[in-house]
Amino acid sequence: MKYRFSRKQLAIPYALFLLVFVAAPLVVIVYYALTGSDGTPTADNFIRFFSDPNTLGTLLYSLILALVTTCVCLLIAYPVAYALAFSRLKASSVLVMLFIMPMWINFTLRLTALKEILTLIEGNLAFHPFLNSVIGMTYDFLPFMILPIYNQLERLDKSLLEAAKDLGAGDAQSFIKVTLPLSMPGVVSGIAMVFLPAMTNYVVLDMLYNSTYIMGSLIGSYFAAYDWHGGSMISLILLALICIFTLLTKSDEGQKTRGGSLV
Amino acid sequence: MAENIIELKNITRRFDDDGYIAVKDFNLNVGRGEFVTFLGPSGCGKTTTLRMIAGFDTPTEGEILLNGKDITVLPPNKRPINTVFQRYALFPHMDIFENIAFGLKLKKLPREEVIKKVKHVLDLVDLEGFEERSVATLSGGQQQRIAIARALVNEPEILLLDEPLGALDLKMRKEMQIELKAMHQQLGITFIYVTHDQEEALTMSDKIVVMNRGSIQQIGTPEDIYNEPKNAFVADFIGESNIFKGIMTGKLKVRFCGGEFECMDDVDEGTLVDVVVRPEDVILSEPGDGTVTGTVTAVTFKGMHYEITVESGKYEMVIVSTKAQKVGDKVGMSLEPDGIHIMIAEDHITRFEASVTSDYKLDYNGKTINCDLLKVIPGSKMKDGVLTDSSGQAIDTDKIKINVSIEPGDIEMSDDVEAGLTHGHIINLIYKGDHYCYVVRTAHGHDLIVDDEYLWNMGDQVGLVLPEDKMSFALKK
Repeated sequence: MKYRFSRKQLAIPYALFLLVFVAAPLVVIVYYALTGSDGTPTADNFIRFFSDPNTLGTLLYSLILALVTTCVCLLIAYPVAYALAFSRLKASSVLVMLFIMPMWINFTLRLTALKEILTLIEGNLAFHPFLNSVIGMTYDFLPFMILPIYNQLERLDKSLLEAAKDLGAGDAQSFIKVTLPLSMPGVVSGIAMVFLPAMTNYVVLDMLYNSTYIMGSLIGSYFAAYDWHGGSMISLILLALICIFTLLTKSDEGQKTRGGSLV
Repeated sequence: MAENIIELKNITRRFDDDGYIAVKDFNLNVGRGEFVTFLGPSGCGKTTTLRMIAGFDTPTEGEILLNGKDITVLPPNKRPINTVFQRYALFPHMDIFENIAFGLKLKKLPREEVIKKVKHVLDLVDLEGFEERSVATLSGGQQQRIAIARALVNEPEILLLDEPLGALDLKMRKEMQIELKAMHQQLGITFIYVTHDQEEALTMSDKIVVMNRGSIQQIGTPEDIYNEPKNAFVADFIGESNIFKGIMTGKLKVRFCGGEFECMDDVDEGTLVDVVVRPEDVILSEPGDGTVTGTVTAVTFKGMHYEITVESGKYEMVIVSTKAQKVGDKVGMSLEPDGIHIMIAEDHITRFEASVTSDYKLDYNGKTINCDLLKVIPGSKMKDGVLTDSSGQAIDTDKIKINVSIEPGDIEMSDDVEAGLTHGHIINLIYKGDHYCYVVRTAHGHDLIVDDEYLWNMGDQVGLVLPEDKMSFALKK
């Protein structure tokens, strides 16, 4: 029989990639998380995580750090995205470029530069670990917040705003009743793209000579101490948290129609 | 007619960035309860005018009076005017109830009243019980009705409709036309309607404003506009029509199309005129019986009638008839005096469009015209041999066109066909006392009017010399 090529076969390379680099490690993580050092199934790792005040403290600290970073990013990104999307300037695409361009530079290099600047201002970086973490992460993740919001606002049908005004809404009312709700899908995907990495990206903290621990650093330290089982369990818990968070934002987004997101 | 609800006085809208004039010296009074339609081709300024009435745009000059009060710069949310947008502009994140209640809620009306009013307008647009539906589940026609309901629920003094039926299919469009008209009669609200569809305008309006290139061409009832078009543009735009250049040859006598006809418009002898003949007014007869004889070149069946094209000499006439003809047959054509509409030709200036070459000269069908582009393009400068615009950016010559115009008396005719910019043959000549007025059909099919003191013969091939120093140039927008 003649061999027939179907479009589905184009997905084979990616399927293989998924299998080897995503599915398999996941299985390994689940296996390690649910077994003890002797290889027998156990819930010890789970209990250990939730009974250790240190790990719980790290989780809480990570959540707060991620939350603050996300809020700061949102507060900066929304007005910027709004200004870019609604500017009458012909140069607005250049301005968008300016905000995207930092993403083209290696991020360790960017952080090194940031570190020098912060050292110049603060003297010793160790005095303000939380503040520095927020600054570093905001600096790093801001474009990921601006871009989805900008995309969403850019695509917003401007005649809707005219319709709102036509029906009697002032500038503020038409923003609150039309622009803001219609830009929510962008905001939600922006949050997803900032909040999740902000919980785990300990490289930012390391680069800024930060001694505080976030979830990422915690996992790293477990693995560094060859505690595969404990590290895997924390990864799994984090994964579960991310899943829950994503599901929550997705179900919200579903209501808003025509989601505009990067994730 | 009741008093004027809205008056537009000397409205001009100029766009700053390129000096483009979208609306020019627009004057209009709309009576309370009238159904007024702005009709014109796309880019004629009708939507810009509507936007100025709505408040989304502000006139550069002139004023807009609502009930005698100046509202020229009043923001849209302060005007008792609502708009039905071309693409409906329904809020996708709200259900139908919230969409319609949007304006009412802003007015802080009590909830029971909002519910009552929303229900009432939904009844009006025949979509009872649609409150809970989401916008995305509605068909185009239903969305259109919701958009109308959303505007009407605010009980505006004027309802603006910007090509509201443009996106609907033909059958739905016809239905909505009738419904809109009925709604207008039922509600007594003033409607201002924008469309490029002449049939829509004729069907629905009390008053039609025909626009072209930002200027009003004619204001009148549908009957006026159709039967007594003021100029060739209106005649051409409204309905099918044959337009010929002609000349008055005597009292109530006009010569065009190679024949002399009796007409009803009393215009001085010797006046150059445009003659409009509606296809349904041409009477076909046996060859020889009519005023002019021609050959049938095309017959198209249109359902209700046949559309027949007859060629007579250099002229082509489109005729509508219920009787079929055979291609190639000879037919006679005649016209009743009331089937001829005469318009005094405003001018017979020759206009054509030329492209710009890379060395900043004009090109018209391969012939070069010298022209000082610095004077034609406002704010332009010559920098290092490159033409730049007012902001200093190089002008892309491929992107611009120049309108060239020249008076009939300035065109010279020559025996040498290749002598000038173009050439053609004489298809009409009229002696006008001290000179002859010729109509020359160029090789490209244009009819040019040329005044010349020497006598040439019908059918003569002539070269047309257009002296550069007599030409006027303007940048095409």
